[in-house]
Amino acid sequence: MAIQNRDALTKPYSHKDIGLKLFLKTIMARAYPRIIGQQREISWVLFEILLPMLAVCAYVFVYRALNAPEEYVGFVVMGGAMTAFWLNVLWSMSSQLYWEKQQGNLQLYIMAPNSMMAILLGMALGGMLATCLRAVAVTVFGMLMFGVTFQIVSYLQLFAVFTLTMIALYGMGMMMASAFLLFGREAWHIANLAQEPIFLASGFFFPIKFLPFWVAAGASLLPLTLGMDAMRQLVFNSEFSGGFLPVSTEIWILAGLAVLFVVVSKYLLAYVEKLAVREGRITESRR
Amino acid sequence: MQTSTSWRSFRTAAWLGWVIESNWTDPFLFAVYSIVKPLSGAAILVIMYGVITQGAYDSALFPYIYLGNAFYIYVGAVMTGVSWAVVDDRELYKTLKYMYIAPINIPIYLLGRGGARFIVGSIAVLITILTGVFFLNVDINLAEVNWGLFFVSLTLGIIMLALIGLMLAGWTLITARHEGFIGEAVAAALYIFSGAVFPLDVLPEWLRPVGYFMPTTYWLELLRRSLVGDVAQAFPTLSQFSNLEILGVMIGLSILFGLVSVWVFKVCDNIARENGMIDRTTNY
Repeated sequence: MAIQNRDALTKPYSHKDIGLKLFLKTIMARAYPRIIGQQREISWVLFEILLPMLAVCAYVFVYRALNAPEEYVGFVVMGGAMTAFWLNVLWSMSSQLYWEKQQGNLQLYIMAPNSMMAILLGMALGGMLATCLRAVAVTVFGMLMFGVTFQIVSYLQLFAVFTLTMIALYGMGMMMASAFLLFGREAWHIANLAQEPIFLASGFFFPIKFLPFWVAAGASLLPLTLGMDAMRQLVFNSEFSGGFLPVSTEIWILAGLAVLFVVVSKYLLAYVEKLAVREGRITESRR
Repeated sequence: MQTSTSWRSFRTAAWLGWVIESNWTDPFLFAVYSIVKPLSGAAILVIMYGVITQGAYDSALFPYIYLGNAFYIYVGAVMTGVSWAVVDDRELYKTLKYMYIAPINIPIYLLGRGGARFIVGSIAVLITILTGVFFLNVDINLAEVNWGLFFVSLTLGIIMLALIGLMLAGWTLITARHEGFIGEAVAAALYIFSGAVFPLDVLPEWLRPVGYFMPTTYWLELLRRSLVGDVAQAFPTLSQFSNLEILGVMIGLSILFGLVSVWVFKVCDNIARENGMIDRTTNY
């Protein structure tokens, strides 16, 4: 043991990653705890599936009480599954840098010779993959409990919609991570506030086309709004699944949002980092 | 002396809770924050209802759903508020240990923290109901409201919710890492089993007894009946029972849940003290 410690002190660095390799390794390193670490806390996984399922059950029973067509039950199950992504983006992306600051890790991230953008991308990648498992679990439980069936119209379009929605959504999460850092101690409240209003505006539990046009158009800035609208059109082939916009249009808008959010997040992160270093607020922990 | 300590604990805790709830921003933003969340929750149901019924807001089912959802805000506020005080004080502010050595009554202190949430919740309930009355044809005729039944039910219900919150606070004391989920999960489950937004008959038959065992089921029914009378009584779930009978069942179940809650809290509190959990933080 003592010999090993001495080696650590005397041996020169044999290998040092820089550039793209460091960037990619940082992404993998930050994604690791999201994918592996979260799965180790099985009871958390249980809660993260149970809570959206309880909301899904409540809304399904409301539709059943109203004698709604069975397609609406499917809409709710899909909304419940996508809830996992929104909550992940909200609490584990947007609020993450704020939590890191509270816990004293943020200064370590900034001091380390890696890109903050790579850290955020790692968080996004890890969060996305880990949340996929929860979303699949909610969908499967929904199918088993309520007999929801899917009729896929186009696998290719469905893949494109889902992928673009995830890139745009997590890009927005990366952007919000910097913004939340600026909000300081209001971050928790803002994250808390951005649940029900977003469930409403994005049409998690009903088709967005029933909102007034301009409200739906405004809500379309949130990637999940158009993502869910397109997915509903693609997986429920029925008279009730008519969307707010045609799927192809929604794909183009989602692609635009994906680029916009990732680019803005890069600039906002650089600004916040610069501001935090200049004002010495990285280690500040006010409650 | 004991009464004075209890009152002082309650009053101070309620004030502390109010300050924690409200001092993070200016009053206007706080008011918006307190109202937007519950109104959005109500709006989801309103749109779901409107989509399916094509805007038939004068149907009896609408006030049933709307009022049930409005008063359910108290469950999240009061019940979860009491248990969340443990998370706040132990994990976030790390002050629970100081509360335990201070000359206060800890259960009363926690109930006081729920009191602050009651005030915030009351504002949200009132705004939600007024929105329903003014914009969505929820027909509440003030002259026909059974005010006696309303205030008795409301008061008993709030006490019942606070005591259930105390039980959750006990569980929270001896739980590591998941304490934040406890209140949320119980509130979400009660939303289904209390028939808050749909009659219990919609539940699968084997699940209905769970709903009949929950005091919140009778509490919400009494609140609806006191406000919209005949409309609420028309639903088959509890239609064979009079108001007095439902009140009796609710009081009985509330006493049962209250006694169990106090006992659970005492047991959990002892375990937490014995095992050094009062000042334990588990990576909030």
